[in-house]
Amino acid sequence: MFGAENLSAILLTIKLASVVTVLLLLIATPIAWWLAHTRSWLKPPVEAVVALPIVLPPSVLGFYLLVAMGPNGPLGQVTLALGLGTLPFTFTGLVVASVFYSLPFVVQPLQNAFGAITPGLLDAAATLRAGPWDRFFSVVLPLARPGFITAAVLGFAHTVGEFGVVLMVGGNIPGQTRVVSVQIYDHVEALEYGQAHELAGILLAFSFVTLLLLYAFNRRATILAR
Amino acid sequence: MTEIAARFRQHYPGFGLEVDVHLPARGVTALFGPSGSGKTTLLRLIAGLEKSPDGLLTIGDDVWQDAQHFVPTHRRPLGYVFQDARLFPHLDVRRNLEYGLRRIDPAARRVALDEVVDLLGIAPLMQRMPERLSGGESQRVAIARALAVSPRLLLMDEPLAALDQARKQEVLPYLERLHDALKIPVLYVSHAIDEVARLADHMLLLDGGRVLAQGAPADLMTRLDLPLALGDDTGALIEATVARHDEAYQLTEVEFPGAHLLLPGRPAAIGHRVRVRVLARDVSITLTAAAQTSILNILPATVTGVAAVSASQNVVALDLGGTAILARVTRKSVDALGLRSGLGVFAQIKGIAILK
Repeated sequence: MFGAENLSAILLTIKLASVVTVLLLLIATPIAWWLAHTRSWLKPPVEAVVALPIVLPPSVLGFYLLVAMGPNGPLGQVTLALGLGTLPFTFTGLVVASVFYSLPFVVQPLQNAFGAITPGLLDAAATLRAGPWDRFFSVVLPLARPGFITAAVLGFAHTVGEFGVVLMVGGNIPGQTRVVSVQIYDHVEALEYGQAHELAGILLAFSFVTLLLLYAFNRRATILAR
Repeated sequence: MTEIAARFRQHYPGFGLEVDVHLPARGVTALFGPSGSGKTTLLRLIAGLEKSPDGLLTIGDDVWQDAQHFVPTHRRPLGYVFQDARLFPHLDVRRNLEYGLRRIDPAARRVALDEVVDLLGIAPLMQRMPERLSGGESQRVAIARALAVSPRLLLMDEPLAALDQARKQEVLPYLERLHDALKIPVLYVSHAIDEVARLADHMLLLDGGRVLAQGAPADLMTRLDLPLALGDDTGALIEATVARHDEAYQLTEVEFPGAHLLLPGRPAAIGHRVRVRVLARDVSITLTAAAQTSILNILPATVTGVAAVSASQNVVALDLGGTAILARVTRKSVDALGLRSGLGVFAQIKGIAILK
């Protein structure tokens, strides 16, 4: 009943979303920390840049990323110099594009979570012999845990749901860049509505259950925090 | 460890701090001054929570900051109690107490956790989360947490200021026990003179980011050239010894250089030291000793100075023969009695508070 092509698209999507989520947590944490604490004039411009993917049409973002990662673009020059070739129409290229595309969905929950931590607690931890990293792991991480969970879930789900950016920079290469959303598009183009229904239904159910769990968890976290 | 030497010059928008002081590294030293005088900033500089680029700080033989070194806060062997308890909300009381304890070298543990828990009376609270503690309980846990790291210097930033009067009275006795039980020097920031009177052995007076004076609290409180003597709750602090109990009338006589006073009740056994506070507004002055009066304590005194508090109020410094007290009187009375330095008078003391 389940086509090999559909299965391959699902596995690829999960792989992409997982890699992107891990990378995003690593990249977004310092950005969110800086945004939550800085008084620099650079804060509004940086916030605006991070939030751009929320409002930009994916085709615009995808277009610029395609140009940047191409052989004459700044990113492309770097990857060529490193002997990695160019990134468009590769899985790596998709990862890079997805990181930009989903960045705001990870940065914003983290920024809110960091901002909600009383700064005095870190001073208190310092007077109790905790160094900077120790303070992060023993105070910030546990207190910002709901923020990290929200950020990871939204980053993952949003990456699963991307379409336009993938099409622009990844194309439609089976097993490499053909993720679920693109596969659905192909099925519809080929009038294979049954196959499309199958995948679309899975995505719908996945997204609903994910958001349901997230909101249920956040509700519990707020109740516990009282 | 004998002395704390601190030199800081720090400028913020609208506020500057400039201090160069040597403080005793024993007993309780109060950093006293009005809001905005720089006392909390000074404490944070000493803790390393605030950085003054050309500062100098030595604790005994240890350099915490000079031109070459800046020891970060987490490497300074200090304890810090904040005005708001700042307990970690995700840890229960026990794990809050253990947070610092676990991070010090076991060989450096000189204060036993059990001892601290007993001292502050928090044994029944160990399993509670901070959100379920009252203000007074939180502050006692915060003090215990700071002591559990066996600090060589304890810094306390108005630990009672966020508490109401009842909670204050709940925590104060624990601070006094601390003072008596532990040999840890304490720097205690306060703007409440009654706390200083009860707890401090030494006092540093700050105003506008500068040091006005330092010395024994009893001396500073009766100096007319300092703003302390002009405040509303101004008064003298006297270290006295219990001399006699009057069983029939339930009174106690205490002695101090130059005089003795009668107090109600039995605050302590004979021979014990007590700290008594005589507020300036409870002292009145007569030129002759009144014979028929309900006031028990009438002492011969010599006027040593007169200062204006307001257009109508004056404060008069009196010497009881080795001990100074203050009297708050109207300017009209000063003129009517002709009060001036050197004049022999009688001080009538209506109220005396025993601090400990």
